[in-house]
Amino acid sequence: MALQLIPSDTKIDFIKYRRIAQVISALAIIGSITAFFTLGLNFGIDFRGGVTVEVGPPPGETFDDQSLSAARSAVGALGLGDVQVQSIGGTAGAADGIVVAVEAITEEQGGQERQAAVAGEVQEALRQALGADIEMRRVDSVTPTVSGELVQAGVTALVVAILLMLAYIWFRFEWQFSIGAILALTHDVILTIGVFCVTQFEFTLAIIAALLTIIGYSMNDTVVIYDRIRENLRKYKAMPLRDVINLSINQTLGRTIMTSLTTLLAVVSLFLFGGEVLRGFSFALIWGVLVGTYSTVFIAAPLLVSTGVKRDWSENKTPATADARP
Amino acid sequence: MLRFNRWQIIGIAVLIALAAYVTVPNFFPKDKPVPGFPDTGVTLGLDLQGGSYLLLGVGTEEVIDARIDNLRGEVTRQFRTANPRIRFAELRREGDMITMRIPEGQDFKAAEQRLRRLSRPLPGAPGRDTRIIADEANRRLSITLTEEAKDFYIDDAVTSSITAVRNRIDALGTTEPQIQRQGEDRLVVQVPGDGDSERLKSVIGRTGQLTFHMVDDTVSPSDIAAGRIPPRRIVLPNVDTGGQLALFETADITGDMITDASATPNTDGGGFQVNFAFDARGQRRFADVTRENLGRRFAIVLDDEIISAPTIQTPILGGSGRITGRFTPEEANELAILIKSGALPAPLTVLDQRTVGANLGADSVRAGTIALLIGFGLVIIYMAVTYGRFGIYADIALLANVLLIAGALSLLGATLTLPGIAGIVLTIGMAVDANVLIFERIREELASGKGPVAAVESGYRNALSAIIDANLTTLIAAFIMFMLGSGPVRGFAVTLGIGVVTSVFTAFVITRIFAGHYVLKARPKTLAI
Repeated sequence: MALQLIPSDTKIDFIKYRRIAQVISALAIIGSITAFFTLGLNFGIDFRGGVTVEVGPPPGETFDDQSLSAARSAVGALGLGDVQVQSIGGTAGAADGIVVAVEAITEEQGGQERQAAVAGEVQEALRQALGADIEMRRVDSVTPTVSGELVQAGVTALVVAILLMLAYIWFRFEWQFSIGAILALTHDVILTIGVFCVTQFEFTLAIIAALLTIIGYSMNDTVVIYDRIRENLRKYKAMPLRDVINLSINQTLGRTIMTSLTTLLAVVSLFLFGGEVLRGFSFALIWGVLVGTYSTVFIAAPLLVSTGVKRDWSENKTPATADARP
Repeated sequence: MLRFNRWQIIGIAVLIALAAYVTVPNFFPKDKPVPGFPDTGVTLGLDLQGGSYLLLGVGTEEVIDARIDNLRGEVTRQFRTANPRIRFAELRREGDMITMRIPEGQDFKAAEQRLRRLSRPLPGAPGRDTRIIADEANRRLSITLTEEAKDFYIDDAVTSSITAVRNRIDALGTTEPQIQRQGEDRLVVQVPGDGDSERLKSVIGRTGQLTFHMVDDTVSPSDIAAGRIPPRRIVLPNVDTGGQLALFETADITGDMITDASATPNTDGGGFQVNFAFDARGQRRFADVTRENLGRRFAIVLDDEIISAPTIQTPILGGSGRITGRFTPEEANELAILIKSGALPAPLTVLDQRTVGANLGADSVRAGTIALLIGFGLVIIYMAVTYGRFGIYADIALLANVLLIAGALSLLGATLTLPGIAGIVLTIGMAVDANVLIFERIREELASGKGPVAAVESGYRNALSAIIDANLTTLIAAFIMFMLGSGPVRGFAVTLGIGVVTSVFTAFVITRIFAGHYVLKARPKTLAI
């Protein structure tokens, strides 16, 4: 009665595909880096600084195009430099909300003291233009001081996470395994940043959290396969490394796919039903689970063929007399 | 491996019941607690219940600046009043230093002694407040604040800012504001609810420095326009009637002499007024000033703006007064709050503001809950379909896991944010991983020819190493997020971290009880897994 998606005795030669996978990954990484420098990330207010005000229409109403242009001219009259006024949600001509985004106030314009007042001015202008009973949904004002700190904290968190994982794998396995794991992690992070450059989804603090989760998840996947490789190295002392790795990936394939699917079920439901606020976050996680699974199977484990590994994992340090043990 | 004694099972059942017990109060309003249940529960983050988060920077430079200016005044006073007279020259401020030259013929050592007398131990802290640099060859004396003193004054300013901010927010009548210090020179203010964030900011952000000055009516508006200002006068804008007025620089009365203030409707004419009461010193000073200056105007100045400049009609001896102007009720109330709470020791700048409306918060709660339920449902169905009987064991463990997470969060009184909900949803997806590892292992063991009991037993045993290794990595990631992340990210880290720990427990222990019981009691010939 149980359903088995992946037959338990697959014998796919993953090692054979490793060159192709490496080429694909290298291309994807180059593509991501190119996208980063040409398209760039669409940094959210957390990292860019500035003021964002989101308003909703009075209960039971919508914003038409006229309200949008009224809002645009009202906010434009404040003389705040580069201001974006956009409608969100609903349908064309009957929007569910209007978002005003103001760039961070520069020192020449009055700096941080001034910026605190800008949030109020924008709200007042919107009330004037759209009516006093509009709903103030969200007001964010981040000064360059704070956004700079958040960028720094975000980058630090990612670097520390990757280094800790490196240390952990080194400690639990050996350095060859760390290399493979870290390359796979970095690969996942770069590709996720790349997809955010291409899609121009907003890159916020939550995305950093998503990246850290992806690191944890991809690592989780990798460790399971490594664990199996180590076990098989003990078990089959004479088997060529290449075959040990292939065997291990195949043995854990059912688990790898099963866990990816359950995690995907959860994050896809977040993406679809978790609301606008979590959309970017859950998108990053969906992408991360896919990329993380791929990199585990095709990058992290096969890389051990190139780096080579210690063959003697017997716990009682007796010399390895390969087939002597039962 | 598969046998549990009765006490182990009872222990686990009690643990889960406890988790449920501390979770129950979450489903009832806080002000109407259910009898017999503890006072536990999660707090909804501001992104879920609506409210304002403000990160305020305390202007520490201004604090030190004022202290150094003050020091200069003390030096002058010390040298002007003490006997015998020691002449000095070129008293000025250079950066953080007050320097002076002691001319030839004056006793340099005595001058240095005199300056040293200004140094005092810091109250309640080690060290002294000033340090002196004597350069006898060039006959120069300098005095400056010690590093300990600077730290002390900054600390003091931040601490008293917290008090002032708390007084002001309390006066606004907001419920459950949270004010905390963050790092050296920052405050975090969190005010739940759907209040007006702008009003909050304007009440917190203004210094609230109130002074009373006499108006110098001999300086005409054309003098002011032409910049012909006599010495020791200041020109300030009059926000009540427009235009500018020249005032005597020295304040006759300062805000710290006021003990109380309140807003009431204007007793003659429209609008609102602010009534205030002086302490004994203020009462005496105000009586003197009004008696001596009948028919002249005095100006009430708040943060370098004249808010009212009435003419003195009669001497005011009673120790109370009022400020009339064209105030709306809100303005008058705000003014009263500012006057009563006293001036901020340092200017506060809003560095980061996050305000979420209550409706948006409620929408997020709804969306988060739906995502949670759907994700949960899908995973449960999927596990049951894939692993049959064992899948249902895993589902029971998953339910226990959710209960344990909720219990842990309730017991900790954790703040649940939207990313926190996302963390729970994600945990549900990842929680079954441990079971997947075990079940896949059991399948393998079966395939290698083992009987059901042996397969289940070695499945659990052999999967453990991978489970621990795999989950530690996620735990590391959660730990980093908690240490380095802010607000919402931390909320995510907390639920993710708790979820990882509880999921390993439920997946490894609870399913094992069921699976063990099944294979040992029913002795199935084959396993459908």
